Amino acid sequence: MKAGSKLERVLKAGHFAFTGEVGPPRGANVNSIREKLKHLKGNVDMVNVTDNQTAMVRMSSWAASLICIQEGVEPNFQMVCRDRNRIAMQADILGAYAHGIRNMLCLSGDHQMFGDHPQSKGVFDLDSMQLIMMVKKMRDEGKFLSGADIDVKPEIFIGAAANPFAEPFEWRVHRLAKKVAAGADFVQTQCVYNMPKIREWIRQANDMGLTEKVYILPGVTPMKSIGMAKYMQSKVPGMDVPDDIIKRLQGVDKKKVADEGIKIACEQIAEFKEMKGVAGVHLMPIEWEHMVPEIAERAGVLPRPEV
Amino acid sequence: MIVAERKPFDEIKNMVSSYKKVLTVGCGTCVAVCLAGGSKEVETLNAELNLAFKKDGIEFGAETLQRQCDMEFLAELDNKVDQYDCLLSMACGAGIQFLAERFPNKPVLPAVNTSFIGVNLDVGWYEEKCRACGQCVLAMTGGVCPVTMCAKSLFNGPCGGTNKTSCEIHTDQPCAWLKIYERLSGQGRLAQIMTVSPPNDWSNQKPRKVIQPGYEERIKAMHS
Repeated sequence: MKAGSKLERVLKAGHFAFTGEVGPPRGANVNSIREKLKHLKGNVDMVNVTDNQTAMVRMSSWAASLICIQEGVEPNFQMVCRDRNRIAMQADILGAYAHGIRNMLCLSGDHQMFGDHPQSKGVFDLDSMQLIMMVKKMRDEGKFLSGADIDVKPEIFIGAAANPFAEPFEWRVHRLAKKVAAGADFVQTQCVYNMPKIREWIRQANDMGLTEKVYILPGVTPMKSIGMAKYMQSKVPGMDVPDDIIKRLQGVDKKKVADEGIKIACEQIAEFKEMKGVAGVHLMPIEWEHMVPEIAERAGVLPRPEV
Repeated sequence: MIVAERKPFDEIKNMVSSYKKVLTVGCGTCVAVCLAGGSKEVETLNAELNLAFKKDGIEFGAETLQRQCDMEFLAELDNKVDQYDCLLSMACGAGIQFLAERFPNKPVLPAVNTSFIGVNLDVGWYEEKCRACGQCVLAMTGGVCPVTMCAKSLFNGPCGGTNKTSCEIHTDQPCAWLKIYERLSGQGRLAQIMTVSPPNDWSNQKPRKVIQPGYEERIKAMHS
């Protein structure tokens, strides 16, 4: 065991992992996050706590992660490179570990121009690859990036993100290999809609022996509406929504679109359960946390294993 | 070259409005090439200022030096500045500061905003290419600068925000790391970016000096 988090234990025992996500509030509204967590508790192995996602200021991800722990839900503390330099990053990693956080997801972060403070200076002192390397060094060598000794090292299960759908496709598996070489223990992907492409990417990862070194959890986000599908297809950078998905949603009765979205997600999850090299699924129900119990039920991933 | 843009006219107008005799100082090097602060731009700016301050009786003189980043050329103004109560420089930030250092008793005002180190795409059209980071990695990245051309200055790109072939910040902005990938792939040199590139040395965030080899002794003697 590298960190002994619940996620690590689930994966190590060979269970198909099922992880969720929660966005901290745009304020100090503790109740709103507790409310979201009620729907996630017991239905997922852990929840990603996003870090000022889309560069909008929110309650800090480590603080919201602590609320998860209070509620009995294991957090995956997300950290982006946009808002902290290497000093603040290492300090927050130590603090997070001290308070019981055992998983981290290391990300570059959306560019600050997308958020509510577009004038802010993007830090990007390290990139996501270098952040992974730093957490690994802190955990495995007990050293800061500078090389100085750490007094009680943080044992963190290290997560990374991958987007198999961004260009150039043929480079993406090599970038995954770099993240594995840097020290990623698990990888969660961008929302998957293009199944042929993810199959090919996983096949490449299998061929390169990467899936023996890292747990891969493809991202699944059910489409709530045709508008959402079209928006994701045309407006979200790096997102790949094939026309088939939109056609399928358009082909059902208006009142059944959300249900069809869940159906598509469940079919994806069913395929991932059988796919060699896939260790679980990361469910990202954007502002749809209350639907997680139903989705988990319909996807056949309940009950979650006790490990 | 260093690329600059003239400041909005109203801002310049406000800066000089409390003086009686202003010397507009152009620079004949980078800012002349990028059409921001050479002799022609000095002429144009003074014509506009003369028109604006006709009633107020402010006088505007004009001088354009070969380079404002060189004391040798600044010395040409030694006998002229006394007639003025303010200097309005159209050089880049380096030139403006050196002019102010040469004439510490005169207010020196900037007439341009220094934009970047860049290249000429066409007449009047320039693109940033270098952030002067002091740790050039262009050998590794196939001649495309990740510090300048990637909006996040990533050393291990491309990030997941690569939007088809463009950067997530704008469809008009090509993804630098896609270009790096394509360049290296075409040259059969992808192996260079297969390994993780370690954290960069950003210790350039302090005033820097360069002494070329062979000049160390001379500079030491000047300071002793």
